Amino acid sequence: MELKLSREDAAFRDEVRSFIAENYPPEMRVPNPETDLTKEQSLLWHRILHKKGWIAPLWPKEYGGPGWSVTQRFIFEQETSRAGTLPPLAFSVTMVGPVIYTFGNAAQKKRFLPRILSGEDWWCQGYSEPGSGSDLATVRTKAVRDGDHYIVNGHKTWTTLAQHADWIFCLVRTDPSAKPQSGISFLLIDMKSPGVTVRPIITIDGSHEVNDVFLENVRVPAENLIGEENKGWTYAKFLLGNERTSMAGIGRSTRYINKLKQIVKAEIPAEDPAHLEFLRDIARIELDVLALEATELRVVAQMARGIDPGPAASLFKIRGTEIFQAITELTHRAIGNYGLAIREHPVSANRFMPGPDYGHTASEKYLNARKLSIYGGSNEIQRNIIAKAVLGL
Amino acid sequence: MDIQFTEEQELLRSSVQRLLRDQYDFEARRKIVASEEGFSRKQWDAFAALGLLAAPFSEGAGGLGGGPLSTMIVMHEFGRHLVVEPFVETVVLAGGLIEHVGTPEQQQSFIPEIIDGSKIWTLAWTEKASRFDLANVTTRARREGSDHILTGAKTMVIAAPWADYLIVSARTSGDDRDRGGVSLFVVDRRATGVDLQSFKTIDGRRAAELGLREVRGQLLGAEGEGVAALEVCRDRAIGALCAEAVGAIGELNSATLEYSKTRKQFGTTIGSFQVLQHRMVDMFIAHQEALSLMQHLSLSLSAGDAGLSRLASGAKSKIGYAGKFVADQAVQLHGGMGMTDELNVGHYFKRISSINIQFGDPAFHVLRYAQLDAAA
Repeated sequence: MELKLSREDAAFRDEVRSFIAENYPPEMRVPNPETDLTKEQSLLWHRILHKKGWIAPLWPKEYGGPGWSVTQRFIFEQETSRAGTLPPLAFSVTMVGPVIYTFGNAAQKKRFLPRILSGEDWWCQGYSEPGSGSDLATVRTKAVRDGDHYIVNGHKTWTTLAQHADWIFCLVRTDPSAKPQSGISFLLIDMKSPGVTVRPIITIDGSHEVNDVFLENVRVPAENLIGEENKGWTYAKFLLGNERTSMAGIGRSTRYINKLKQIVKAEIPAEDPAHLEFLRDIARIELDVLALEATELRVVAQMARGIDPGPAASLFKIRGTEIFQAITELTHRAIGNYGLAIREHPVSANRFMPGPDYGHTASEKYLNARKLSIYGGSNEIQRNIIAKAVLGL
Repeated sequence: MDIQFTEEQELLRSSVQRLLRDQYDFEARRKIVASEEGFSRKQWDAFAALGLLAAPFSEGAGGLGGGPLSTMIVMHEFGRHLVVEPFVETVVLAGGLIEHVGTPEQQQSFIPEIIDGSKIWTLAWTEKASRFDLANVTTRARREGSDHILTGAKTMVIAAPWADYLIVSARTSGDDRDRGGVSLFVVDRRATGVDLQSFKTIDGRRAAELGLREVRGQLLGAEGEGVAALEVCRDRAIGALCAEAVGAIGELNSATLEYSKTRKQFGTTIGSFQVLQHRMVDMFIAHQEALSLMQHLSLSLSAGDAGLSRLASGAKSKIGYAGKFVADQAVQLHGGMGMTDELNVGHYFKRISSINIQFGDPAFHVLRYAQLDAAA
């Protein structure tokens, strides 16, 4: 589906398309970019986008954004995800950046924003804790004021790519006596600080994506506090809103469906009754994508008119993740017996992997995609949000 | 219909339970899976000493005469403990084929070494393009003296890296997808011309791509009638895999229920949320239905009922979908913890995913169930 684009927007789309085609680094085209790239490799595209001035579509122009309209931002998102480019690190660009330019002070903006744009600083998210998953407001990591520092103690978990991170933005409890939501602050912590320990968590696909982060008597300068003390929950919610709008993943789903079609064509002869079943299952998913895309376009059009979609963003998270899970399941099924094999991590070209190339990542993607309905606020929580905030139940 | 176990069956069950409880907890299994070989000879010997490897064989063949019900009992417990050792491959598949289509000499020569644990076997039937079709065989065999010479390739042969012997399906006549003309052969895994490329499977076992170049094999069963033998063998394997899946489903449900009663969010246990309660009720129902079908199939296998193969496909499909539902939800309800390699939940998920591929996925078997009805 295409937006009915104005002449200018169509020209912009063509410009983005050819820029990607000409500049996306070939060494980033690996079987699974999310697990197979080194930190340096994964930053190549980031740096190219930065040089072009396109690294932060969401940001206002004064902070280094490109000054695009809602429609242009949408076009860019669509084109990059259709082309399968690795998105810039969301924790830096989409999450902490907007919090800093919206709620941070002048010194913080000057210090952190340019380094986020350039890719010099890699950020990770210190939200979840062992006892605080869906119920984020109960975070127990403590920050106690000591002169011009905070002393931070606690345990963050599910911290994505913390092994690469230079900085972590943390929700910390600064007022233990207040109601859960009111005693939280938003603190920026240098990962090189003494007392910060990162421990890998290996997931069921065998990859190392998430971590435990332990904070033991970490001294954090008070100047790293964002906004006001005990107002962190407001900033956290602002950030989570940004996280969810980007979860429809139409471009990615479309790309994976196209790949799935090729696999089905290669693996299952047309005379096999399973062939027709796969075609039907794929068509159903395509219709799901079409309906979600149409919904997204409708919301984009509303946003262009200045209407805030609000909690309806949860709809995109729910359907986007369900659709992608269904695609990865179907792909895993399509490769038949080869679905029994899985690549070993860390990935190496020297390790034997059976079957055709197009099936090599099917098992790991299928397993990894189980996380989608859990993270970023589980789909159960998203449904609660819609029930409460949209339906008024 | 509820199986009342005999004293002997009860004894078998309690002894497997005791052995696995004492020696095969999740940490012990983790060590076995991470070891160089990827399975435990010591455990295999313990299974032999306990008589598990003898249980389903007839008394005439030197077994305990427990049949498919003893397989069900053993595999249900193996499913609960995620046992990786190749019981299905050695005892149910290879042992079953030898017992049912082998000559008396082959039975006398091979079965005792299966029962005493000294030899491991597996079945190599899948090929690159075969998907789940037992008759789609391109590997060829030609007669030479009293033996046959095999050339071709098999794919995704589970337990091949551990095996001493392989039973290989190969075409002695006909075209690639003909039902007739497929024969079975016993091949020494270390024979000249056998080439193995090993790798790990999604559920922590080992498998191999198998190349056969002018390999000597010994005919097992009637020439050209391998597909019929494999079909019977598949029904029994399905009985075993269904029991294993039901064991895994039961464990996932207990773990999820326990977690939901202890995990607190929003000031209360997550098990107090109605949406999760209903989810767990559906998981409970899925387990109950799967358990019933597992028993129904095992009883039919024991009795050799007519329509058995259709029932096997029906059970494979229904239990497969039940397993998928329960495994998905068990991970979901455990949240991030369910995604970790550290917790056992994800490993049950992967074993169930693997069972759902072996010998055909749930969609394949529901279609076969429909087709066999239409053909009747």
